[in-house]
Amino acid sequence: MLLPPELSVSLCVERPVLPVRPRTPPRAPFCFSPSRLRFHRQHEFFEDGDIHRHLYLQDILTNVTEVTERSKVSEFCCHIVGCCQVFDTLEGYEHHYNALHRNMCSFCKRSFPSVHLLDTHILEWHDSLFQIMAEKQNMYQCLVEGCAEKFKSSKDRKDHLVKVHLYPSDFRFDKPKKAKSSTKHSKPPSKLDVSMPMDVNVETYEQSQVDSMEICPSESMENPTQPVSGPISSLQEKKLYKSRIPSTICFGQGASRGFKSMKKKV
Amino acid sequence: MWSRRSCRYRPDASGLEELRARRREQESALRKARRQQQLVSKRLLREDSLVNGDGQAGVEIGSEPLSEQEILQLLRDVQRGTEERKKLLSRLRQGLQHKETQQKFVRLEGSMWVLIGLFTSSLANVQMEAARCLHELSHSSDPAVAEACLPATSYLLTYLSGHSVEFTELCLYTLGNLAVESDAVRKQLLPQGIIPALASCIQSPHVAVQEGLGYVLSQLLQAREAPTKIIPLVLDSVLPQHMLRLVSSNPELGMGVAVEFAWCLHYIVCSHVNNSLLISQGMVSTLVLVLLELASMISKAATEGLELLICPVLRCLSNLLAEDETEGCKVQIQDDRLLVALFLFMQYFLQQHPFLVQECLWLLNNLTADEPIFCSAVLTLDLLPALLQLLSCSRMVTLLALTVLCNIAEKGPAYCHQLHQKAVLPSLLSTLALSDAQVVGQSLELLHLLFLHLPEAADDFLSQAGLQALEQHQDNPQLQERVRALSETYLQPAAASLISCAGASAAVLPSS
Repeated sequence: MLLPPELSVSLCVERPVLPVRPRTPPRAPFCFSPSRLRFHRQHEFFEDGDIHRHLYLQDILTNVTEVTERSKVSEFCCHIVGCCQVFDTLEGYEHHYNALHRNMCSFCKRSFPSVHLLDTHILEWHDSLFQIMAEKQNMYQCLVEGCAEKFKSSKDRKDHLVKVHLYPSDFRFDKPKKAKSSTKHSKPPSKLDVSMPMDVNVETYEQSQVDSMEICPSESMENPTQPVSGPISSLQEKKLYKSRIPSTICFGQGASRGFKSMKKKV
Repeated sequence: MWSRRSCRYRPDASGLEELRARRREQESALRKARRQQQLVSKRLLREDSLVNGDGQAGVEIGSEPLSEQEILQLLRDVQRGTEERKKLLSRLRQGLQHKETQQKFVRLEGSMWVLIGLFTSSLANVQMEAARCLHELSHSSDPAVAEACLPATSYLLTYLSGHSVEFTELCLYTLGNLAVESDAVRKQLLPQGIIPALASCIQSPHVAVQEGLGYVLSQLLQAREAPTKIIPLVLDSVLPQHMLRLVSSNPELGMGVAVEFAWCLHYIVCSHVNNSLLISQGMVSTLVLVLLELASMISKAATEGLELLICPVLRCLSNLLAEDETEGCKVQIQDDRLLVALFLFMQYFLQQHPFLVQECLWLLNNLTADEPIFCSAVLTLDLLPALLQLLSCSRMVTLLALTVLCNIAEKGPAYCHQLHQKAVLPSLLSTLALSDAQVVGQSLELLHLLFLHLPEAADDFLSQAGLQALEQHQDNPQLQERVRALSETYLQPAAASLISCAGASAAVLPSS
């Protein structure tokens, strides 16, 4: 295109404006009058650009920026007392820390995905003043961000979560205080043993950590009675899971390490 | 930023042709989808995939579909923890790259429940691998598979407030894929609080999270019901200010983020829900600065993908300029550097991405319609030759360029004089030779304006065989009235005076 050679946006010169004749309406049969055009979202004017945008969305597979971030360091251990998971990338450690330690209740060792849920938990489970106040006013806050509703009881809140916010009735981060991990979801029998507590990783870890802090750690806990074949009663399995220390926890020398060093990361 | 995947598969000549054919197919499928208002695309976050010969998303080496029995066994083993859970989930994930496996998986009773259990585990790498499985499912082209992921949405949203960048990013892209799937999914996501969750998450400083969030938002905003159900919620939140901030963030750092949010803003603006709010938040001046920044980047070095950012920003500005002034928010832009930026874009993209030229001209029209500053600058900055060159491009480009010229001519004699001096007539004669009635009609309007303000233009037009050029259209019902008006009002009198002048001068000359 024939543009003047030195054309650049950085040229900022005051230019005189040519004199304008006042606007008059067009004379028939001519109809032109300058007007600003406006296009609505589905207009065909946008077609080419939209296609280009979608080709961009569809054409890629790897996020380039992410790949460069993942640099390896020499193996190191999580520095939280009692947890000796090993990492060789900072991202791996970060995720572990955030999943397990960052929002952990210091009273009962449960981990939460966010500060907000942790605070709610501490308030409702471990604050005696809360219980007193809850008798007089609605104290149970809705868990959904942006919803300011408060409720008289945990159950009322759960009903609200299910009805209004379409949350699952077994939402993992809204356990009522009394319920043990054994009271499970009544699902119809299926090929998979769904009556078995599926939050195997979370709950048993918490349980074990709480329990086994007191009990002697190590191999004696590795329950050798592993049913390998045949149908197992769900109750038996539950017991197994309650007492068994997940392989990720180690309590010092002699115990087997958790995850092997995570080489080929994500 | 997401870039074209590095092609590990080197196609030979025939393979290349096949790739091009696939690309054309892809494009025409997208066009058809858009015309049916079903333009939907999903994104896949997956490492180290090979590209198949047909340019489709490849699968990892060694990944094979899984049978129902194999899936069942994997899930049972994961529940029992007989093997390292991460390895088991990896195998599952690889299998889930195949559509048949996805379908089998969701049909197995209890399978999603198990997966969600693992996804909500506090064991980081199990959680991560389960998240990847969910992500593969969300990307499925089978709607039943993606909808089977619905029970996971409350957790996906909960995890947006987490701190692990990679995990949050994965959750965002998964949500984005699900959001675009169907009305049913969005009917669940909205009450679950996706907008407030995104409004919090947008304050994250991590580029990867920001880009993922832009993706989710752009998917939500493209929904059919967005103007009534989604955009009002977004406008009510802090999202617009943050979006604006992220669009104008330094493009050299990471254009991917700016691209996503620019498209988000475009979907909002072109829905015309409450643009005056956006204008009051300073959107116009911010976007003008973005374009100026991008124009200066163009002259420095070639940056791939700039058109993906320029296009939506242009659209926003054009639509905002066209906001109804009766609502009390007529937008005025006075910075004529914007004009230079537009022409630089058009020059740069004319060959490679011609669609951008029409987008630039749309903004140019909206700028020149009412502001003499821009009309004047086109002439004094010597941009007219470039504008005239555009008269020989596509139909839409020609039409818009003619409209811009009309905007300029309408401003009065001073402008017409310059147009005429800088040789607009020859270009007009070429457009008169075209067959498209709308293009010719617009040329006639321009001629009328020129003749109206500058009588001598009519003389020159005649001497360049203009009358003949007009006459070819005198039988076209859309054009004949205007053709006749031009002939009778300007050209015939001009011809007559030429003849009488010639007669008068002949009388002066000595007779031979």
